[in-house]
Amino acid sequence: MQERIALTGNEAMALAMKQINPDVVAAYPITPQTEIVQIFSNYVANGQVKTEFITVESEHSAMSATVGAAASGVRAMTATSSQGLALMWEVVYIAASNRLPIVMPVVNRALSGPINIHGDHSDTMGARDSGWIQIYSENTQEAYDNLIQAVRIAEHPDVLLPTMVMMDGFIISHAMENLYILSDQDVQKFVGEFKPHRPSLLDVDHPVTVGPLALYDYYMEFKRQQAEAMAGAKAVILEVAKEYGELTGRKYGLFDAYKLDDADLAIVVLSSTAGTARSVVDELREKGIKAGLLKLRVFRPFPYEELAQVLADRKAIAIMDRADSFSAFGGPLFTEVRAAMYDAKKRPPIVDYIYGLGGRDVNLDHIRKVYTDLAEIARTGEVTQVVNYLGVRE
Amino acid sequence: MAKLLEIRWHGRGGQGAKTAAQLLAEAASSVGKYIQGFPEYGPERMGAPVLAFTRISDEPIDVHCHVTEPQIVVVLDPTLLAKGDVTQGVPEDGIILINTDKTPAEMRQAMKLSGRKVYTVNASRIAEETIGRPIPNTPLMGALIKITGIMSLDALLEDTQKKLSKKFAGRPEVVEGNLKAVRRAYEEVQGE
Repeated sequence: MQERIALTGNEAMALAMKQINPDVVAAYPITPQTEIVQIFSNYVANGQVKTEFITVESEHSAMSATVGAAASGVRAMTATSSQGLALMWEVVYIAASNRLPIVMPVVNRALSGPINIHGDHSDTMGARDSGWIQIYSENTQEAYDNLIQAVRIAEHPDVLLPTMVMMDGFIISHAMENLYILSDQDVQKFVGEFKPHRPSLLDVDHPVTVGPLALYDYYMEFKRQQAEAMAGAKAVILEVAKEYGELTGRKYGLFDAYKLDDADLAIVVLSSTAGTARSVVDELREKGIKAGLLKLRVFRPFPYEELAQVLADRKAIAIMDRADSFSAFGGPLFTEVRAAMYDAKKRPPIVDYIYGLGGRDVNLDHIRKVYTDLAEIARTGEVTQVVNYLGVRE
Repeated sequence: MAKLLEIRWHGRGGQGAKTAAQLLAEAASSVGKYIQGFPEYGPERMGAPVLAFTRISDEPIDVHCHVTEPQIVVVLDPTLLAKGDVTQGVPEDGIILINTDKTPAEMRQAMKLSGRKVYTVNASRIAEETIGRPIPNTPLMGALIKITGIMSLDALLEDTQKKLSKKFAGRPEVVEGNLKAVRRAYEEVQGE
């Protein structure tokens, strides 16, 4: 039984955390932390969860304490954003290499400098090679749904990787929207009881070592196994999505292809901008223009083959990046999608639009401009500018 | 009702523009509408001009960009009228609702406004008399649903009571005052 309510993105993520009811949450509950842990700490104070809430002195310590808790054999979570994730950095990698199935909501916000607090994907794009599974959400509904699914994905015996679930800062985190929520019991049943995959650190009868020294003798085998786990995560993500779909009626995949089957012009984008772009697709379709949209949900593991398959027959493709990689050749999503297309049966022209940095608004006119540019590329077959900056003073 | 109704709230930090934008959205959600309610976050501080937005629709809302052409503008503080154009982007048949002790005709003249429909209600006074503090946000919600017919007064009162009872648990007089304020503004709002 589902209930339809109105919540902000932060409230929706906090509610999902409450329903997951983890054993331990460690957090640094002031800026740059989010309202998520503030709301969650109320649940703890009110006795609505069984969670042990550990307040720590920094985000670095928050991730360290979460790693410690997870290694001791319990379900552990935290949440972060922006500079907070930046400060967690070294421990983020340790969580992944120790194969700890930590689940963490991340509110995507810009990194300093200049100082900025708004929606931007620079924080988690920086963590794209850390070994975490990364799932992006368009709206409050997806943020809620993805967080619940993330628990099952991270803890799956074929995966055992930490998982971050993103939503756009302010645009979603502070915006109230409708969503359908599950009952506490249904969420509990879906995520199931936590089963430690190896003896707890506190189990003195079965001693284990977590986080040992491994030099050129074994380090590479650890990394090889991480890579294998990440590759295997794709099937698990789809399996969990299927089961979640049966429970809720809401379908999830590695990405959502909207009117893409017969599209000539395609945009590939993450998170909240996908909704704005979908409106423009509808508008263009009414005019007989074959526009389509691919909203990527899972960025890690990156669905190379699946993307290449659905994008190969398009006449022109625009990638939209809410982060720059400063490679001097576009944003991270652009680079990856282009790499994916190298082995495609056809290679349509692909251009990049870096947009919305530091929370800059991207409206219907911006998206219309991208499709207009694509129409011109499709017509002439010529690309004049590969990497573009949308809505910027030049 | 229009397919998509967009409302822009002009207030000053502390007047509850964000709360009103989200309370109205929640109330509309409770009667089955699709909604968004969000503030514009700048360097907020008490007394500084702030904006908040509400979208209400009979269909799911996909867009996640700013509201630039609102059909309705609500002005929580009349001193903001001297600080720039609150009517920016509002179409010819749009609505301006102002918290003031003046009449719509007086406001139209003061603003040298052509076109649009002007409504006024003394929300600050109503709030002072019912809640005991001149916070104009809840009464303006009452005025707004009267003008737009987004939902019935009873549905708004019911949802507002539910939400405020949570927020002001143990202070029933605050909840009661707010409900009275909503009802009075619903009755007292004036149009041209």
